[in-house]
Amino acid sequence: MSVTTIMLCGVGGQGTILAADLLAKVAASCGYHVKLSEVHGMAQRGGSVSTVVRFGDEVQAPITDAGKVDALVAFEVTEAARYLHFLKPDGALYVNNTIIEPLAVSTGECGMPANLVDRLAQRGAVFVDAQELATAAGSSRSANVVLIGALSNVLPFTCGSWEEVIANRVPPKTISANIDAFHAGRDILIRSGQ
Amino acid sequence: MIVYLDTPNFSYNLKPWLGVGMPSKLLSGNEAVAQGAWEAGARIGVGYPGTPSTETLENLVKYPEVQAQWAPNEKVALEVALGASYGGARTLFTSKHVGINVAADPLFTMAYTGVNGGLVMLVADDPGMHSSQNEQDSRNYAAFAHIPMLEPSNPTEALAFTKLAFELSETYKSAVFVRTTVRVAHAKEMIELADRNSTELLPVNRNPKQWVMMPAMARSQRVVLDEKIAQLRQYAETFEHNIVHFAGTSIGVITSGVSYHYVREALPDASILKLGMVYPLPADKIKQFAQSVDRVIVIEEADDYLERSVRALGVDCETLPVPRRGELSPELIKSALGVADESIISDPACDLPLRPPLLCAGCPHRPVFYALNKMKALVTGDIGCYTLGAIAPLSAIDTCIDMGASIPMAHGIALAQNPDITRPIIAVIGDSTFAHSGITGLVNTIYNQGGGVVCILDNRITAMTGHQGNPVNGVTLGGQATTELDLVALCNALLVPRVRVVDPNKLDDVIAALDEESSAEELSVIIFRAPCALLSKQFPPAYVISESACRGCKKCIQIGCPAIVWDDTTKKASIIPDACRSCGLCAQVCTFEAISGSSEVE
Repeated sequence: MSVTTIMLCGVGGQGTILAADLLAKVAASCGYHVKLSEVHGMAQRGGSVSTVVRFGDEVQAPITDAGKVDALVAFEVTEAARYLHFLKPDGALYVNNTIIEPLAVSTGECGMPANLVDRLAQRGAVFVDAQELATAAGSSRSANVVLIGALSNVLPFTCGSWEEVIANRVPPKTISANIDAFHAGRDILIRSGQ
Repeated sequence: MIVYLDTPNFSYNLKPWLGVGMPSKLLSGNEAVAQGAWEAGARIGVGYPGTPSTETLENLVKYPEVQAQWAPNEKVALEVALGASYGGARTLFTSKHVGINVAADPLFTMAYTGVNGGLVMLVADDPGMHSSQNEQDSRNYAAFAHIPMLEPSNPTEALAFTKLAFELSETYKSAVFVRTTVRVAHAKEMIELADRNSTELLPVNRNPKQWVMMPAMARSQRVVLDEKIAQLRQYAETFEHNIVHFAGTSIGVITSGVSYHYVREALPDASILKLGMVYPLPADKIKQFAQSVDRVIVIEEADDYLERSVRALGVDCETLPVPRRGELSPELIKSALGVADESIISDPACDLPLRPPLLCAGCPHRPVFYALNKMKALVTGDIGCYTLGAIAPLSAIDTCIDMGASIPMAHGIALAQNPDITRPIIAVIGDSTFAHSGITGLVNTIYNQGGGVVCILDNRITAMTGHQGNPVNGVTLGGQATTELDLVALCNALLVPRVRVVDPNKLDDVIAALDEESSAEELSVIIFRAPCALLSKQFPPAYVISESACRGCKKCIQIGCPAIVWDDTTKKASIIPDACRSCGLCAQVCTFEAISGSSEVE
C-alpha cells in the first residue's frame, strides 16, 4: 500500500491552493485515491502557508509528518527552508527562485540566514525561475502552474492528463498560456542540464 | 473468545472514489456538507461566517432550491433555523466552534422543544487554533445540551452524515449536530454525488405545550427530552457508522473523527472502534469492544471527552501520554506509544524569521493602528483582520477576547479607575463584528453614561473569513444588494454624544479625529470608512521611494507594510511595485518627501 505525499508551501496569496487542486485532480483522474489538506482564514493574510496532497491505493491521513514528504514544492525560498524538515532524505525539492522577505526582516528586526540557498542546494533543490517562465509563456499569474510543471517530472501522470485538468480548471482565455507555463516548468531539468 | 461485533472483513468506505455511475467531484468537507444538505432536501441554510466553517453556506447558496442567508450572529442564525424548522422546512445551520457559545442560549432550550422540519447544525472545531482564539471541543456541547452529534472522519462521510443527520432529526424530532474539525472541513477528496431528495414541508400544528418554554411546559418537555435521549442511546448501539474494525486482540483503539485515519495509518494492526456518533454513545458496544481486546486505548484530539465517557462506563482505558492541545498526527500517535520509526529524524530550522499573517498592503486599517500606536492608546480590540494590528511594528492592540468584547471591555477598564492607566482608552471593532455583537456593548456604555472612544473600522466587507457580505455593507450571502445598516443613523438613534465619519486613508484626519475625540469627556464613535484593499483589482501606479531623497530614517518601515523593504546594505527603503496598492500611507509618514506616486516622479 504505497502512498505518495506532496507538500506545497509558500506565502499566503501565491496560488498554492490552485496548484494543489490541479495536482489532486490529475491524481484522481489517473485512478488514484487522493486526499488534500489546506488551511484557510487568518494564515492567508500574507502568512506562511502549506498544502498537502497525498495519493495512492488508499490514503488515510490527509496531513503529513516531518520526514515523510516525497516532493516539496516551495513557492518561496524562505518557506522552502521552513518546511524542509518535512522532506524525506531522498525527496525531490523544487524551489521558486524568489525571496519574499518576512516583515520582521524588512523592518530590520531580524536578518535572513546567510546560507539559505546553500542549505536547499545541499538537499538537491532544483531552482525554478517560475515568474520569469510564466511571463514568457504569456501568463504572468501562472508561476504556480510552472512549478506544478517542474513537479510533474517526478510524478506518474502523463502530459495529456495534466493538460486536460489544467484546461478544465483555468479561465478559458488562459488555457494555452497555462499549458505553455506547465511545459516551461516541466522542461526545467532539460534547460538546467540536470 | 473473540466477539465479532461487526464483520471482521473491514470493507467500510473502501475505494468510494471508484464509484461507478454517479459523477464524482473533488470536494472539501465544507462543500460536502452543503452538497449533503442539498441532497437531503434542505430548503433553508443560515449561519455566520467563521473559519473553518465558512464555505459551507457559500456553497449551499449556489443551489437554486435552497434559500441560504448570513445572519448577523450565530444566536440569531440558530433562532432563524429553529423558526424554519417550526415552519416544516429542512434547515442547515453552520458555525465555527466559538459561534456555538453565541448560539448556546437557544441551543439548550431547543433540546426541550425539539424540531419539526429536520434541523442539522454544522459545527467546525479548530484544534491547533489555525484561525481561532481558542480550541474548545464542541463534543461537550452535545452532551451538555442533550443534542445528538455525528462526527465524520473525512469529506465523504461529511456528506453522508449530513444526509443521515436530517433523517435522524425528523425521526427523533431533535436537532442534530454534525461536528467537523479543520482537517475534515478543509480536507478534500473525490466524492460521489447523488440527486436531490425533494422533501415536502412538514405540516405545522399549533402546540404551545411543546413550543412555549415556560416552567410548567418545560418540565414536561424535559421528560420528552430524556425519553428521546434514551431512544437515541438504543439507536447508537446499532448505528451503522459506529463500527468495529477488528484486526486482532492485542490493541483496541476507541476513536472518532479524523483521528480515526491517523490511527489507521499509525497502527495498521490495531482493532478500532470508530464512533460515527459521539453523543449519545453506545455503552454496550463500547463495553463489548473493550472485552474483546487486551489493551484499550482512547485516541482523540482536544478534550478527554471519549476517555471520560469510556471510564464512566467502568471500562479501564489508556490514553496517549501527550498534552491535550494542538492536533494529532500519525507520527505523534506512534511516538506516544513508543512505536515511532527512529530512522527518520528531522528537526525544523530554528533560525528562520517568522512569517505571521499581517495586514495587506493598502489596508485601510493600517493608518488607524499607526495613529493609535503613536498616541500610545490602550486599545481593546476585537475579532477580524484588524486583530493583526496587534503584530509588530504596529503593536497597537492590548486585548482581544471574543466577538464584540472591545466596547464593553473599554467601559470596564474605565470603571476600574486604576491610576496606572493614563493612556486614552479606545475600543476598535470591525463593521461585521459591530453588527454581530458590538451594538449591545455600545448600548451598555451609553446606558451607564460611560465615555471613551469607539472606532468602527468599516471596510465594507467581512474580510478575514474571505469577503462575505454583512448588514453594514448591505450585501447578502447570494451577492444581492439589500438594506445597508446606517451606522451614523444608528449611533444617533442610540444618542451617542459624538459621532463622526473619517476616511482612514488620510492620516492627518485620522490623527486629528483620535486626538479630538479622546480628549472629549463624552462617549464618541468614529466610523473609519474605506473599502478593504482586496476589493479593488485596479489601483493607481505604485508609489516609489527616491533613492537620493531617502535618508534611511525607517519611518515608512514602521507602518508595517509588506510592500516596503529595507536594504541593510544601502540603508535605504524601497517599494516592491507589484505589491504596492498605492494607498500612499508611506508618503504621508515620510518626513523627507522621498516617497511619491509614480505619476509624480520625473
